[in-house]
Amino acid sequence: MFKWLDPYAKSETLYHLCGKLLPYLMVSALALLLLGNIWGLAFTPADYQQGDSYRIIHIHVPSAIMSMGAYAAMASAAFVALVWQIKVAHWAVLAIAPIGAVYTAIALITGMAWGKPMWGAWWVWDARLTSELILLFLYLGVIALHGAFSDRQVGNKVASLLALVGVINLPIIHFSVEWWNTLHQGASITKFAKPSIDPSMLWPLLISILAFALLLLALTCLRLRTAILVNEQHRPWVRKLVGG
Amino acid sequence: MYFQSFSDFLAMGGYGFFVWLSFGVTYLLLLGLIAVSAYQQKQFKQQLTASIAREQRVKQYQEQQV
Repeated sequence: MFKWLDPYAKSETLYHLCGKLLPYLMVSALALLLLGNIWGLAFTPADYQQGDSYRIIHIHVPSAIMSMGAYAAMASAAFVALVWQIKVAHWAVLAIAPIGAVYTAIALITGMAWGKPMWGAWWVWDARLTSELILLFLYLGVIALHGAFSDRQVGNKVASLLALVGVINLPIIHFSVEWWNTLHQGASITKFAKPSIDPSMLWPLLISILAFALLLLALTCLRLRTAILVNEQHRPWVRKLVGG
Repeated sequence: MYFQSFSDFLAMGGYGFFVWLSFGVTYLLLLGLIAVSAYQQKQFKQQLTASIAREQRVKQYQEQQV
């Protein structure tokens, strides 16, 4: 059933596939990001309670959702790498980790800049904020742990293992606003009910979320290509490609 | 357009500092990550091209010696 996937475990095929997809993903991601953000910044009405400060939602929510999406993708790659021992999957884990770390940092910083005018504090030790901060440490932990082993094979395995164990944090982040009394508000769109946000504000938000997802894919392609070259630098196909 | 003027747009109803801080940091980080990732790939390719060329020169030299 999944036999057609087999060639993509081969690094050379994957390198060329990523190279083909990269320009389309990057251009569409940046175009949608600009569209969604300009729409959200200038063409939607202000919130009746929060005024224009709510416009931070157009980067805060997309980066927060995709910081978790990136972690799910990274953990899936780690699972594939550990169970089927596919090398490129290990490299994908390391390619995604910095992207996830940047998304998480964006979610935290924009959240602080939104919290200061609305809550009166840059930071509170609220369950949602704390669990998202732990997500940042998990990403940094995966990167640091990989770097701590001089044997790259061992480093790959240990980093993938940490990525898998850290999955426990995803439901904690998502349900933190229900399980604990948090200052952070509950879900507006990631729930099985009609979104509690006006359509005029929802559309630019959905576009920005899609843009962050596409940018995640684009950056993964770019970084995975570099990782493939570095890891396979002594293989004939790379030497022909780069040296010839 | 929701705002009356461009200065209104920049002011963001008094929340300009927080809104533009958020968007500024976001774009800085995203573009920075794209730039670093692209630069790393370019640099590694150059490095590998140079080391392959060096190996070929060494090989050529050794063949001349025989």
